[in-house]
Amino acid sequence: MSQTIVIAEIAKGTIHPTTAELVTAANALGSAPIVIVPCTDASIADAAASIQGISKVIALKSGLFAAYDASGWATAIEAVAPSGIIVASANPQSKDLAARIAARRNIPVVQDIVAIDGGNLTSPIFSGKAMQTVSLGGDAVISVRANVFAASAQGGSADVSVVDATGDMATAVEEFLARVSTRLDVAEANIIISGGRGMGSPDNFSHLEKIADTIGAAVGASRAAVDTWDDISHSMQVGQTGKTVNPNLYIAVGISGAIQHLAGMRSSKYIVAINKDGDAPIFQHADYGIVATWEEALPVLQASLSAMMS
Amino acid sequence: MTNIVVLVKQVPDTNARIVISDDRVDLSSVKMVMSPYDEFAVETALQHREVSGGEVTAITVGGAKADKVLKDAKAIGVDNIVRIDCESFVDSNSLQSMIANAVTEIGADVVYCGKSAADTGAGSTGPGLAEHLGWASVSNVTSASFADNLSVVAPAQGGNARISVTLPAVISCDKGNLKVRKPNVKGIMQAKKAQVDVKSVSVPASSITVVSHSLPPSKPAGKTYEGGAAAAEVAQLLRDEANVI
Repeated sequence: MSQTIVIAEIAKGTIHPTTAELVTAANALGSAPIVIVPCTDASIADAAASIQGISKVIALKSGLFAAYDASGWATAIEAVAPSGIIVASANPQSKDLAARIAARRNIPVVQDIVAIDGGNLTSPIFSGKAMQTVSLGGDAVISVRANVFAASAQGGSADVSVVDATGDMATAVEEFLARVSTRLDVAEANIIISGGRGMGSPDNFSHLEKIADTIGAAVGASRAAVDTWDDISHSMQVGQTGKTVNPNLYIAVGISGAIQHLAGMRSSKYIVAINKDGDAPIFQHADYGIVATWEEALPVLQASLSAMMS
Repeated sequence: MTNIVVLVKQVPDTNARIVISDDRVDLSSVKMVMSPYDEFAVETALQHREVSGGEVTAITVGGAKADKVLKDAKAIGVDNIVRIDCESFVDSNSLQSMIANAVTEIGADVVYCGKSAADTGAGSTGPGLAEHLGWASVSNVTSASFADNLSVVAPAQGGNARISVTLPAVISCDKGNLKVRKPNVKGIMQAKKAQVDVKSVSVPASSITVVSHSLPPSKPAGKTYEGGAAAAEVAQLLRDEANVI
């Protein structure tokens, strides 16, 4: 039974709820993990200590963790982690860190895990068009997809030790750039409402934005929409050459369901499809399909959701 | 003068249907192309060369069939093409150490690669290679400028940041606003004649083995409704049945 180590996911200076899912994944690998919390302020680590199923918490404190630098972070975290299987989240920054830590130890990294069965790990390949199961022959670093493993419950009380980390930054942030859009990013959202070319024009995406604002969703788009309209930015694109997402709810509006698009969103927990063509492939993947134009369906959806949220 | 390397990988066309036979992905009848993000890496590498001077070397890992992706890179404008001869499955650590050896041999100052390959989607090679080399790395870069120093834009803290990078470094490239150049007739002719520098390597051992490939589990059939008015019922089900609103 290998020692497991979880690298806590930090967002906006606090422990992200995904961390409790990583703990579940680590336990599935066979042991209660040590949770490493990279932080500038050690007090945030207390929130990790209350997750059940962990052996202890290391608050790894350094000014280094104020801004991400792959080399500096990997060096500092690797230095404090015992040997074993290291578990990180599968967001882009954590995957990057996982790859560097693995290379630093000369051990492999396996990204985007969605299932653990003993020593066998399954990840989507070809953006989810197929699955690959590998077996580990020794220590490794793995990243685990969000919203796949149940979160380990609260109520634990593990010990927290504070360790001061040192490390050199290999890159330097010159400036943070103003966000072009103030909207939630599809990669970070629990609910996504996406539009395709069936929306008719980029102006009509305002109807999607209205619903997004009502339920706290991000607005996404298909490649066809991004390629057709300059106003629909690539940062919104969901699919094999855009972002791969797995939110709790994905609402596809005017999207036919090209392989390219399905590859990026098919692992969403619930899928709603709204399309006027009842034969559109997207309906084969939808939990709830509505065969209608968006002009008919969206006002009704908007009104119902507004009533529910108020 | 800058010695620039770009990593390219041959993958199935992203529109291809993936078929499984005998627990393994069967790519025998699939059209193979340059992984989409690698096109942005090639473009960024060529833009770097235009500013700094020097040479761009494209490296791939694979069997003889992978020469095609190198010829494609050559047609777009890289100077040298190198194939690390290895057709077997290797884990990330083994792959990165082979590439690190080639990069060291070439004496590169900077390596560009796609943010992830369209087959694995892992995005491990760029940062892992950088660690093997002891270099800086920035991933998911959407734009780069090459004036006095390398300066890139990459996601940071929920937005974007402009980051200065001291070379040597590995940069993984996202789409950004780049328009990639297409090969011209002269480039295609040169690519036809170009010689691939094939490097024989002793392949380091992998500690990971592939157990199986499978198709994703298909979902049970969902509920389908006719007409926009059904959206009210669906909204209610999202709350009562799915518990996601």
